[in-house]
Amino acid sequence: MTNTVHPALAMGRRLPNLWDAVAFLCVIGLILAFAHVTPDTFKPLDAPKALEIDLDPSNLPNYALRTTMRMFAALAASLVFTFTYAPLAAKSRRGRLVMVPLLDVLQSVPILGFLSFTTVFFMGLFPGKVAGLELAAIFAVFTSQAWNMAFSFYQSLTTLPADLDEVTRSFRLTGWQRFWRLEVPFGMPGLVWNMMLSMSGGWFFVVAAEAITLGDNKWTLPGIGSYVSVALERRDLSAVLWAILTMLAVILLYDQLLFRPLVAWSAKFRFEIVAGATAQEPWLLRTLRRTRVLRLAGGVMVDALSRVGTLRLGGPARAARAEGAARPSRAADVVFAAVVGVVVLAALWKIVSFIASNNVGLLDVAEAFALGGVTLVRVMVLIALASLFWVPVGVWLGLRPVWSRRVQVVAQFLAAFPANLLFPIFVVLIVRFHLNSDIFLTPLMILGTQWYILFNVVAGASAFPGDLQEVAKNFRVGGWLWWRRVILPGIFPFYVTGAITASGGSWNAAIVSEVASWGDNKLSAHGLGAYIAHATDAGDFPRIVLGVAVMSLFVVSINRVLWRPLYSYATRRLTL
Amino acid sequence: MDAASAMPLLEVRGCRQSYHKDSSADLLVLDNVNVSIASGEIVGLLGRSGSGKSTLLRIVAGLLTPTAGEVLWQGKPVTGPAAGVAMVFQSFALFPWLTVQENVELGLEAQGIARDEREQRGEAAIDLIGLGGYASAYPKELSGGMRQRVGLARALVVHPDLLLMDEPFSALDVLTAETLRTDLIDLWSEGKLPVKSVLIVTHNIEEAVLLCDRILVFSSNPGRVASELTVPFAHPRNRLDPAFRQMVDDIYALMTRRVPVPTHAATAASPAQDVTFATPLHPVSTNLLAGLIETLAGAPYDGRADLPALAGTLQLEADELLPLGEALQLLNLGVLEEGDIKLTDIGRDFALGDTDSRKTIFASALRAHVPLVSAIRRTLDERWNHRASAVRFRDELEDHMSPDYAEDTLRTAIAWGRYAELYNYDEEAAQFSLEDIDTAA
Repeated sequence: MTNTVHPALAMGRRLPNLWDAVAFLCVIGLILAFAHVTPDTFKPLDAPKALEIDLDPSNLPNYALRTTMRMFAALAASLVFTFTYAPLAAKSRRGRLVMVPLLDVLQSVPILGFLSFTTVFFMGLFPGKVAGLELAAIFAVFTSQAWNMAFSFYQSLTTLPADLDEVTRSFRLTGWQRFWRLEVPFGMPGLVWNMMLSMSGGWFFVVAAEAITLGDNKWTLPGIGSYVSVALERRDLSAVLWAILTMLAVILLYDQLLFRPLVAWSAKFRFEIVAGATAQEPWLLRTLRRTRVLRLAGGVMVDALSRVGTLRLGGPARAARAEGAARPSRAADVVFAAVVGVVVLAALWKIVSFIASNNVGLLDVAEAFALGGVTLVRVMVLIALASLFWVPVGVWLGLRPVWSRRVQVVAQFLAAFPANLLFPIFVVLIVRFHLNSDIFLTPLMILGTQWYILFNVVAGASAFPGDLQEVAKNFRVGGWLWWRRVILPGIFPFYVTGAITASGGSWNAAIVSEVASWGDNKLSAHGLGAYIAHATDAGDFPRIVLGVAVMSLFVVSINRVLWRPLYSYATRRLTL
Repeated sequence: MDAASAMPLLEVRGCRQSYHKDSSADLLVLDNVNVSIASGEIVGLLGRSGSGKSTLLRIVAGLLTPTAGEVLWQGKPVTGPAAGVAMVFQSFALFPWLTVQENVELGLEAQGIARDEREQRGEAAIDLIGLGGYASAYPKELSGGMRQRVGLARALVVHPDLLLMDEPFSALDVLTAETLRTDLIDLWSEGKLPVKSVLIVTHNIEEAVLLCDRILVFSSNPGRVASELTVPFAHPRNRLDPAFRQMVDDIYALMTRRVPVPTHAATAASPAQDVTFATPLHPVSTNLLAGLIETLAGAPYDGRADLPALAGTLQLEADELLPLGEALQLLNLGVLEEGDIKLTDIGRDFALGDTDSRKTIFASALRAHVPLVSAIRRTLDERWNHRASAVRFRDELEDHMSPDYAEDTLRTAIAWGRYAELYNYDEEAAQFSLEDIDTAA
């Protein structure tokens, strides 16, 4: 996996501009709109039988299946979103101005903080039915997957090779044919890679989204996540362990049955005309290709799909005007600006009236920012510690081909494992030894995300050119000089990619890791995550919104001020 | 060839193409181009890179709309890619995720042709072009020559009336390119190509003389049809035939003429081209320039060489050699005349000098003859901190030329000025400076 491009960062733009502000305001306005409809539907749901969780381990396969189905439903929704949003953003000059910053902000909104609104919102759509809860859980996973997939596809669409574009036009392919013949295949490797990252993150959220507490209401949707949360309430450690075991099995299956084959298959779409070193074919793909019946079935399916893809929908392309020759219509620009203006004003009005009616004072805002600072320090310290540990380990492993391949697999697997299932074990230890929760709850944030650093560093080190290693040996460059001049610059772009992913994940994890409970023992650290979690427990909408907004602001700012400059520096100066 | 009375397959009338940049003079890529292609001929567009010949090809293909003028395809105006026109690309432009067969069938798929017929026609085209047995291979499994055969089969399978070829052999090595050319001409002569006419863009003079019935020589800045030649030889042609060689020589002479031959007499008195701030510079490396000067100064040339012969010896194509020659001419280190290149006295001094004196000669040549470089240096001298952003020069250049040209021109000015130690350049900050520069010089 050497093509770990972080899609949002590959863009040249760095400093926040007007459009970022527009996007930010719109997102906050949208959250408030959600929050606005929710209080009316805020009445207890008659707990139907369907929502009862049985801690008998024999139910776990069933729960695991339901959790997995939610994942796939969300993935399907994310794909549909990707295939509509990204082309729209890529093909409309005006749309792009708003849609791209919007994705960027949405990517930074902590999904778990947002969860409470969406749950109530969807339950309002289906009052008293499980469908509302199901949709809310699926939506939570969707929001963790869709943005970076859409980003990656958008990125591909804006970097289509010019000559292939000309081929599709000169051979008069229709828009539909072009989409399936050129645009989707070209975007496929990036999309699959981002799908994989998304799914890995998704397990975390599906587990969190199944058991939702809001004020005095608690809903548990049958699944592994709610199984664990019920086990926590009842202090049933063995049930927790059973759940962890089940999850391990599920992730292993998903990895082997879905992702290894998918990644291997997507390599076919890599846009390189030279035959590269090909990784070993995963067993499932091999079986598929070698088994006659399966191959036949696969052939029929591919056939049907390609028939759909070659339908002549839409007309062929027209001739393009030369660069700069096309004069955009002024009138349309004005209309567009007016629409954006109205939306922004509506969002502003929503925000102002919300602040006015809920007496969110400056003091509250200051408190949220201060707590955000505490969480920021946590995240940064953790990233630094994890880097200090995993970079040397990753380099050591990455330079040894045999090891690097094994570690890659294991680290990816660990990254996919929902770390929140492991939290109870830590909590039990903290409670038992009366440890300081401000310090010892902190590592939970990075429990699941540190692996991104490891496997990116391993990928970087194993891609480090052999001749440069030989140069270093030949000139006897060793010790600290070797780290400083040779390997660290060599792996830096990879490391930055990993650190960004880890940092983004940690912010999200803060909401569930800064508070933890074991039966009646409630542990809580100081931080913005705990602030949001407490507000959620209290059903205090103003504070939830404030917390989520402040956290989004922090994440966006950190990305712009720290990660994006680092990333662009890395790609400009240190890419081999 | 068909009777002259027949309607031309394609007609380009008064075609103009320019790059707009708000409120400034247009850079003309093509100016008043008239081309007509009859049925049954191979026409070559021969010109230097940047002469607009590829742009013209894209206009003909319906991929680009000209700023002015019209294109008639079988008597009707072209508004988009026309059925009956197919293109072969310089970069092959194959879809890496489609097999050879699927790549070839692409155009048929777009026409909505039924699968059986598609397969049958695809196989026929694959066999015709000598790819039998490769139908299920992916492009990355093939060599460059084989890939271009796929590109050719993909174009032929739609049975186009006009086959457009955009420098189809320039990405291939010499031997492979020759094989493909021969195969193409053989198929053409035997009437096996399912096309009526071919329009081929090339910068390779010999290739044009080898393949075409008619050659349109393009001049640059702006692109114009400078002259039109009919190639009288029958296929297969012999490169070593003295008449063939003479024609190649003549075309070299045509292409190195200082003032492009005007297409009509009225503009015959056009002034010699002045070098201004906004004259596009071709990215030519100073190492190549120095190498060329040394070669010219040494035996057997002794300061003067015949371009085709020199190109043969140095294994450079006209398109590669001519920019070098023109750079020498621009700097007054050499002169191009009637297919020859000659060193000036300053050029000879350069050849004899050591590294430092070469740099001094180059520096004074730059300041005297390249206004862009002298403007950059002047700006730096005037600034109190001796720094200047490259962005401003790029913007100024973009007022007069396309962004790609502006980029090339600026890169060239940076590279030349650095070699001459006239200024320094910080890539990271995109800034010129006088750091480490001996300003007394």
